[in-house]
Amino acid sequence: MTATETKTGAATPGTKVMTLLEAITDAMRTEMRNDDRVCVFGEDVGKKGGVFGATMGLQDEFGEKRCFDTPLSECGIIGAGIGMAVYGMRPIAEIQFLDFIYPAFDQIVSEAAKMRYRSGGEYTCPMVIRSPYGGGIRGGHYHSQSSEAYFCHTPGLKVVIPSTPADAKGLLIASIRDEDPVMFLEPKRIYRHGKGEVPTGEHVVPLGKARVAREGSDVTVLCYGSMVPMCEQAADEAMQLGNRSVEVIDLRTLVPLDEQTVLASVKKTGRCVIVYEAPKTCGYGAELAALIAEKCIEYLEGPVVRVAGFDTPFPYTLEPLYMPDVKRVVAGIEKTFVW
Amino acid sequence: MSLELLSILDKDGKAHKGTDPNLPAAELQKLYRLMVATRALDDRGLALQRQGRIGFYLQSTGQEASHLGAAYALKDSDWLFPAYRQPGILLLREVPLHMVVSEWFGNSGDTSKGRQMPVHYSFRQANFVSISSPIGTQLTQAAGAGMAARMRGDDTVFMTFCGDGGTSSNDFHTGLNFAAVYKAPVVFVCENNGYAISVPSGKQTASESMAIKAEAYGMPGVRVDGNDILAVYRVCKEAVDRARKGEGPTLVETVTHRMASHSSSDDAARYRDAKDYEAWKKKDPIARFQLYLKHKKLWNEAFEQECVEGAKAAIQAAVTTAEALPNPNVDSLFDDVFMNLTPQLKEQRQELRDLVAKGGVGADVGAFPL
Repeated sequence: MTATETKTGAATPGTKVMTLLEAITDAMRTEMRNDDRVCVFGEDVGKKGGVFGATMGLQDEFGEKRCFDTPLSECGIIGAGIGMAVYGMRPIAEIQFLDFIYPAFDQIVSEAAKMRYRSGGEYTCPMVIRSPYGGGIRGGHYHSQSSEAYFCHTPGLKVVIPSTPADAKGLLIASIRDEDPVMFLEPKRIYRHGKGEVPTGEHVVPLGKARVAREGSDVTVLCYGSMVPMCEQAADEAMQLGNRSVEVIDLRTLVPLDEQTVLASVKKTGRCVIVYEAPKTCGYGAELAALIAEKCIEYLEGPVVRVAGFDTPFPYTLEPLYMPDVKRVVAGIEKTFVW
Repeated sequence: MSLELLSILDKDGKAHKGTDPNLPAAELQKLYRLMVATRALDDRGLALQRQGRIGFYLQSTGQEASHLGAAYALKDSDWLFPAYRQPGILLLREVPLHMVVSEWFGNSGDTSKGRQMPVHYSFRQANFVSISSPIGTQLTQAAGAGMAARMRGDDTVFMTFCGDGGTSSNDFHTGLNFAAVYKAPVVFVCENNGYAISVPSGKQTASESMAIKAEAYGMPGVRVDGNDILAVYRVCKEAVDRARKGEGPTLVETVTHRMASHSSSDDAARYRDAKDYEAWKKKDPIARFQLYLKHKKLWNEAFEQECVEGAKAAIQAAVTTAEALPNPNVDSLFDDVFMNLTPQLKEQRQELRDLVAKGGVGADVGAFPL
């Protein structure tokens, strides 16, 4: 249960209780009403409303011109989106699963990310690439990957990952309004995980600001996406088992990273566990560990510990063993005290 | 099924009466002047590279009719998603020459702030979208821009270029397919110049032509003599008009020849068929158009002198202006990654500023290895 969730389902005035998935739809609907340059397209996003239902109802409300199906080509979805953005639209391109984005890698890395820089600011690419990512849905190799690090490693791309319904809406609206290309990665495992209060109408959560999901004083856990609610459970567990007061930080945006919040927390607690579901090696956690080593090593009272996916392709049957879970996070927390 | 190669000018520069677009005299002379200036620009660019004054150059020699004839069919408000071998379009659209040359030097007068290799231009003032090196990516972007224009009800037409090698790229398939499905107002110009660096066009495809591929995408495909500026113009004008009327995209294959090496880093003598090259030399697009003008009494030695000397003088003035400009400043390295600098970029900028202030860093900036 996160801070924004309610037990009864009754919303406080000015808010509505919804799932993360519904909040994403709400964000797109809000911005499509606000700005007629905003359009959304991808495979099956029209009549069907997307394979997860994220674009449900948008074609009915805004017509086929602004919410449309494309041919089955990720390279085309992104390449055409870039052309639209360069011409002055605010395209939202949906890639059905992040695992399928690789045919578009050239367009994202060589084109969208570099358009502003390489043209000296003459041409820009204000485009949002939305894609469900990550494990936890029994999707095997090709419906589970968490490949955010590729994009974080490309200058010119912002990388945003929400973990609550309210943030999903606020961060997506901020992404649509951003003047640069944004990879908006949606943790599909928690699309319908729990409901939360989401402000109706305008709601913007600025990019580059992390959220302290839970305050604590002994150890910092850095995480994002579907790892956040799991880490909050782990924090409860660690308190019960070892009386550890755990601070959980939800990064929200990997690029740009809110270093201030991260470093302030680690300086306060002196201990840090980094949790991410991508393969461990060269994952985003490696960047965080390096940052902490560079900027606050003198505050550390134990090793920085990474709890991550293993360096294997994403498995099917043994998925529960691959995914970081409460047990592994609690063990990671203990490692920062006893090593 | 085979596609005929459309020509208007014969080898003696005589125009086919039924298809000659009969452009006004002043326009014909303007086109000739642009072709001559484009060749002079390319010659100067290569010379500057050989002298070690710029880092790289890539010529369009032999393809002046192909890209100028195509772009001449557009209105100035139409957009270009170019490849990297259409420099004449910058002259056609009257981009100040010192800005073009500043791009070669990558200096503070360069619109792209010295961030790309020479000839990767970006000129918003000319609706000339920033060029990248990866092959074919612009084709899909042009389709998307065309889709956007249709959504907005604009009558803008988009022309995009690739070479014969580009037809093998993912984006050739994707761009043509998207443009056709959405009836986007796009003219795809494939300049089949015989080679993709060293690989001959026959090794790119088993199709009998590039233009015939259009059939499968559901759009017209036209094969035109790329060394015949009147034919290229005529074919592209029809394609542009169709696009503007909402009738969708066209694929135009201009059959031409790359008379220079791929770039200043390449030596075509290692792989080029000498006989083939000699045959193409006889089909030089400027010489053919000159004969045509001569028949029309629009060309004489004095006019030639004026075109050649005028172009050289203008280029020289541009080189003098551009070469005197300083490099982009150190801070500009960090600008335009995003609209605003992230905290990380600010920190890295400060780190570099401090290093530069101490001296010894960046002394080699601006020097190019020969």
